[in-house]
Amino acid sequence: MESLIIILVGVLTTVAIYLVLSKNVVRVILGTAILSHAVHLLILSMGGLKLGTVPLLGEEAVKYADALPQALILTAIVISFAVTAFILVLAYRAYQELGTDNLGAMRGSDDE
Amino acid sequence: MNNLLVLPMLLPIIVGVLLIFLRTFGRIQAWISLTTMALTAGISGYLLQKVQTDGIIRLDFGGWKPPFGILFVADSFAILLVLTSSIITAICLSYALISTSKELQTMYFYPTVLFLIAGVNGSFLTGDLFNLFVCFEVMLLSSYVLLTLGNSKRQLREAIKYVSINIVSSWFFLVALAFLYGAVGTLNMAHLADRVAEVGQTPLLTTISIVFLIVFSLKAGLLLYFWLPGSYSSPPIVTSALFGALLTKVGIYALFRVFSLIFHHQPEITHTIIGIMAALTLIGGSLGAISFNDLRSIAAYNVVVAVGFILVGLAIATPAAIEGSIYYIIHDMVAKALLFLLIGTMITLSGTSKMAGMSGLMKNYPLLGWSFFIAMLSLTGIPPLSGFIGKVLISSAAIDNGSYVLLALSLLSSIFVLYSLLRVFKNCFWGETIVSKEEQLPLRRGVVIPCLVLVGLTILIGLGTESMTPYVTNAAETLVNPSIYIEAVLGKIQ
Repeated sequence: MESLIIILVGVLTTVAIYLVLSKNVVRVILGTAILSHAVHLLILSMGGLKLGTVPLLGEEAVKYADALPQALILTAIVISFAVTAFILVLAYRAYQELGTDNLGAMRGSDDE
Repeated sequence: MNNLLVLPMLLPIIVGVLLIFLRTFGRIQAWISLTTMALTAGISGYLLQKVQTDGIIRLDFGGWKPPFGILFVADSFAILLVLTSSIITAICLSYALISTSKELQTMYFYPTVLFLIAGVNGSFLTGDLFNLFVCFEVMLLSSYVLLTLGNSKRQLREAIKYVSINIVSSWFFLVALAFLYGAVGTLNMAHLADRVAEVGQTPLLTTISIVFLIVFSLKAGLLLYFWLPGSYSSPPIVTSALFGALLTKVGIYALFRVFSLIFHHQPEITHTIIGIMAALTLIGGSLGAISFNDLRSIAAYNVVVAVGFILVGLAIATPAAIEGSIYYIIHDMVAKALLFLLIGTMITLSGTSKMAGMSGLMKNYPLLGWSFFIAMLSLTGIPPLSGFIGKVLISSAAIDNGSYVLLALSLLSSIFVLYSLLRVFKNCFWGETIVSKEEQLPLRRGVVIPCLVLVGLTILIGLGTESMTPYVTNAAETLVNPSIYIEAVLGKIQ
């Protein structure tokens, strides 16, 4: 199971890097979103994908899942959500001001 | 009384949230945020004294003992940086109050600055690697907003680059965290240090440390500074001053903390790489500083040179070198803020940021001219100003260590810095006065006061080095001997 998830992480990262390297701003943003998904899966698999109950005191569980990676992912998801929201607004404003969503065409002279 | 430790981060956040409701009152916001920063500086000063007498202070959130909970740890190094950044922020805010446009002041500028400083202080104080990531993100999100406030086309273009690069570097940070957690199963810095020392720094762990090095280098502008000049030269000058003084220093702090506490077992690999990167940074920054005619780009490249110089101290990693680096970080925060504010004032007065558009400012604004002169000497490292002691300590440590290449590059970079700023000084302050006495814009006294305070600070740090010595020595000692830190956090070493 771990191997499968790791391969999936690799595939997601590949897709994300392909998107980030494109010229279109929206595709770059989608790429960054997929990048963060890939790393969330990586963190999850690093904690070990165990079958088991919740880690509660007094439950006497034989096996339980590692709760820390899940807490980390929760935080990371919130942060990546905020950053993605911000960069979408930024891209929209940049499109309004600069009149293009092509990163190559955004280059201007420095003395504007 | 340990609860005081959370205030440098909590106070700016709470006040920042309150200020959002006072959006339309620019002046009130400015005064409230100034008071907040003064309070934070006072608290950090008290904590610094306390650390000096009682040793490292820590605060376990929710009473969870380390290594299970998250915590704030304050050693001298962290608290010194918190104190300096609070003071610098207060001065920059006072400059903003006087000089920025009403639009900027009523567009959530002050709350955002407070959130920024909360992130910066949190990064300095946290004792947990994942929290470092979270505080980084708090700081970065605020910096994205600050970078785009002002709404010029250039800012938006630079912001897209800056945000994209930082998302990628945050991604690397998470990847490194995931690998590290998978490898040693903890994220508490002291516990990490303990475990890494226990298993020895295997090649796998060294590789992970190099991923961390890439992340923090991106944030600090060590070799990977290609985004820095553009981003630091497009926003309003107050923002640039804050960025130049604070943001890179957080990356530097993280590098120092991680490579002196956790990954210090294979210096022949990690510290060599840091040394090479620092050398290349010095070269690149020096060339950039002398090759531009735009004042803001010159200032931005000066930030890069300083980063390279500070990291030379980490690459050498003897107690004297670390001490020199700490002195130099504190000096650089003050001097960089001063340089940016002076350049901003010059741009405001002459209406252009090109060197060709200014000449003979000295005749009309002598106070500004001599302040710039002092800033220039301070950045070059001429005694009795603040840059001197750091340069001396790092240079002598380099000689003792036999790192002659780094020594030569450090000293050469000082000459390049001097040349780049001397060029500005000569072209902008001397020569024919373009503007006649009648046409000149009056220099409001309020604009110069923050600059003069910073000039006073750089002189004071230079002359009062001796009174700072116990704190800096203590900070360096903790960095050089990780066991002090580990013991303070984990109780006794198991």
